[in-house]
Amino acid sequence: MRIGVITFPGSLDDVDAARAVRLAGGEPVSLWHGDHDLKDVDAVVLPGGFSYGDYLRAGAIAARSPLMADVVAAAGTGLPVLGICNGFQVLCEAGLLPGALTRNSHLHFRNRDQGLRVERADTAWTSSFTPGQEIVVPVKNGEGRYVAADADLDRLEGEGRVVVRYVGGNPNGSSRDIAGVTSADGRVVGLMPHPEHAVESLTGPSTDGLGFFTSVLTSLVGSR
Amino acid sequence: MTADVTSTPHAADGPADAAVRSMPDLDTVDRAGQSPDTAQPFAELGLKDDEYASIKDILGRRPTTAELAMYSVMWSEHCSYKSSKVHLRRFGDLPKSDALLVGMGENAGVVDVGEGYAVTFKVESHNHPSYIEPYQGAATGVGGIVRDILTMGARPIAVMDSLRFGAADAPDTARVLPGVVAGVGGYGNCLGLPNIGGELLFDPTYAGNPLVNALCVGVMRHEDLQLAKAEGTGNKVVLFGARTGGDGIGGVSVLASETFDAEGPAKRPAVQVGDPFTEKLLIEACLEVFAAGLVTGIQDLGGAGISCATSELAAAGSGGMRIDLDAVPLRDSTLTPAEILMSESQERMCAVVEPDKVEAFLAVCAKWDVLATVIGEVTDGDRLTIDWHGERIVDVPPRTVALEGPRYDRPMARPADLDALQADAPPSSSADLRADWLALVSSPDGADKSWVTEQYDRYVRGNTVLAQPEDAGVLRVDESSNLGIALALDGNARFARLDPYTGAQLNLAEAYRNVAVSGAVPLAVTNCLNFGSPENPEVMWQFAEAVRGLADGCRELGLPVTGGNVSLYNQTGDVAINPTPVIGVLGVHADVRRRVPTGWRAADETVLLLGETRPEFGGSAWAAVVHGHLGGLPPRLDLAAERTLAQLLARFATEGLVSSAHDLADGGLAQAVTESALRYGTGAALRVEGDPTAALFAESGARVVVTTADPAAVRAAAAEAGVPVTELGTTGGDALVVEGLLELPLDELRTAWTGTLPALFGSPELVVGAVPAGTVPSS
Repeated sequence: MRIGVITFPGSLDDVDAARAVRLAGGEPVSLWHGDHDLKDVDAVVLPGGFSYGDYLRAGAIAARSPLMADVVAAAGTGLPVLGICNGFQVLCEAGLLPGALTRNSHLHFRNRDQGLRVERADTAWTSSFTPGQEIVVPVKNGEGRYVAADADLDRLEGEGRVVVRYVGGNPNGSSRDIAGVTSADGRVVGLMPHPEHAVESLTGPSTDGLGFFTSVLTSLVGSR
Repeated sequence: MTADVTSTPHAADGPADAAVRSMPDLDTVDRAGQSPDTAQPFAELGLKDDEYASIKDILGRRPTTAELAMYSVMWSEHCSYKSSKVHLRRFGDLPKSDALLVGMGENAGVVDVGEGYAVTFKVESHNHPSYIEPYQGAATGVGGIVRDILTMGARPIAVMDSLRFGAADAPDTARVLPGVVAGVGGYGNCLGLPNIGGELLFDPTYAGNPLVNALCVGVMRHEDLQLAKAEGTGNKVVLFGARTGGDGIGGVSVLASETFDAEGPAKRPAVQVGDPFTEKLLIEACLEVFAAGLVTGIQDLGGAGISCATSELAAAGSGGMRIDLDAVPLRDSTLTPAEILMSESQERMCAVVEPDKVEAFLAVCAKWDVLATVIGEVTDGDRLTIDWHGERIVDVPPRTVALEGPRYDRPMARPADLDALQADAPPSSSADLRADWLALVSSPDGADKSWVTEQYDRYVRGNTVLAQPEDAGVLRVDESSNLGIALALDGNARFARLDPYTGAQLNLAEAYRNVAVSGAVPLAVTNCLNFGSPENPEVMWQFAEAVRGLADGCRELGLPVTGGNVSLYNQTGDVAINPTPVIGVLGVHADVRRRVPTGWRAADETVLLLGETRPEFGGSAWAAVVHGHLGGLPPRLDLAAERTLAQLLARFATEGLVSSAHDLADGGLAQAVTESALRYGTGAALRVEGDPTAALFAESGARVVVTTADPAAVRAAAAEAGVPVTELGTTGGDALVVEGLLELPLDELRTAWTGTLPALFGSPELVVGAVPAGTVPSS
């Protein structure tokens, strides 16, 4: 299984995302923001970082890069896409996911080991988990506060599109403790916490993050 | 935003604008020769009378305005080390180490860590700018040290920060500290470099003069080493990275080399402004041109900007250099040539490239949206010449600018108050052990530093094995072999104030021990020496003593000094900071999976103290926090014991004999066991023998607390090494109990330990929760 990892100018966790894909048993493929070339990958990860220095709005400039046009088109036909942190911000700016990520309520960048509850265990990226499962992965962001209009939040909740929620403390003031959401078809997932930093017991707080990457490999096998 | 080579250049950049900028008053080399008596503002630029006279001797005429600017910044204390160099020579006299690939004098030292890998690391100060403009001062401090590491050919892989501020509750600390922390985090996080540790300490002597020392470490293959020299006549000089603006003009001469004067004018414009996004692109572009073999020599632009980069490259090479200053891309078209030469605009590098590789070099830069411009070439002469609008404005021997600056052997005097200070013995008996314990761990120095470290990314790149609050930061270097490194930074200024010779060695010993505690073998030393004004003989004596101590200590431990940084003039008015030699030690882990953490995880393990405790309270945290006392002598130094202990700790790690190890330093045993217990919420039942005040609070060196499931094996190994062992008790429970003396429930201890910094600097409490039960926090 070939999983693409996009590098935008200012992407930082692309090496980590590629490692996570590898440890999950997939083949990571580097994708360059400026190319119109998805290299026939089976899924795409938009990694964390500060694409374009977070200038204008976090993710806003990267969302308009050449490759993102291809990602948006491919997502429309079911390509699994995972956006982590800055990648989540890019997906929201690109219109693939609803809502927006704004400055943390306490105005600080914050890095901590974060508890999450998996609300949806049937998306392309969370099928390795069980519904309600609690996991720990690092969170680290300055603009990670998920916001949307109340009516939109009600609709998202009603449609079951909240994928993961913060437990044991909300690190950034996100509405309704939302840490990640999915597209209507469950193929595109965005979350602020960093599963790629929880894939080895040597370097992470847990290996819970690996589940996101094994999920997509399983779902791809199932769809073939 | 980055200057983008693909975007339309600003109209002000090209020669088309020359008419606007042409100056009938341009001070050319010809004009300087014809007008020897023109008055020049050398004193305002920080040059002394005799320094100005010697520039005239070198040139055989008065300098041009542009030359004067170059000499003034390059001969500043910051760039020339003119007061410190006679002392720093001691480091060069240390025995040669096989591990040392590149020593002092280059941008950073390089050490062989095995398996074909080399590591380069260095710590540098950005103290004065951080007081004036805390966020940008600290941010550009990180940016500058990262470029030093990059310049060696290495990929930067982590940063650390050693911070000192005035009294924690002083109003100005509330202005400076949050900005500094946000700046260190803002820049490092955006570069994608994990912050793996450091220090945060407070003392009234740093009011008005905070210390911001930033360390960067990088890794490369041996063959990737780059050097800062301009070789090969006809090779092109390429300036790449950000445009040159008006920020930081005269930063090194004005800020870093003079004492702040409360009456002086605002110096804000002399602080640089950072753009970490551009630096991230610069890192990737540099590593790509290195890998493609497109670079002959490289130098970063830091203090003194283009003046420094061109003169150092040319001075280290074999020939001369010709620069066309009109080619330098500007952010501000009104800059004068002298200002362009002095500007400390950040995120710029200067490379020497063979002519037939220039096209490929520029293509890599374009890929990363990095602006790159050929600004000159290497010549076969021995002059550095700079032209502006077709006129020659600089014509100097580059060595005289970069290498042959003034040297001072300044007068020294033992501080007049030192005898009285050393005779003022500290208190030695606690009236209330429990209250003192809580006071120590809730003091700003002893308290939990999460308020700071949560603002730093410690996970990025996925190789962080240990980070704060561990004793040392540990990084994996190779994913297949698990080769790794450990780093620690320590700088106890109270000890150095009482005795700078011993104090510097105690700091070395602490950093050495912290690296060893993680299971690593110590390999090399860097340093950042923060002192007051060298023009004060007492400060100069402190500096010389600290350097002598550090050199002697390194000799005894068999470690090379790979480089370092000196920051002088750290004082406000007549009040100098406590002498603060911050020492960094690098160690190697043959297998990082064997690393030893500081926290207690399991119950029913035996807690053992290694080393000998003496009633030593001089300069201790207990004396400072409980009694407001600084006096007496620092703890006895025993480097032989430190060395034996380090070897024993390495054996413990290799053989997997201990489950945790924590160095005893500031706050003694009380502080250490508090941190070990609170890390994962595991208490202990302990007992101590002898004088309880000494047992809990003394700061004798060469001591470590370990926990083990196999105490007999640990005792046997320690006995073999000749290291004294005392059994302290057993882990378990939800309190720290010291038999017959006190009982501290972990909840009470945690409240005391974690509450201090949020109470002082604002709490993001609305969303904080405890780490979920049943999960394993990071290690």
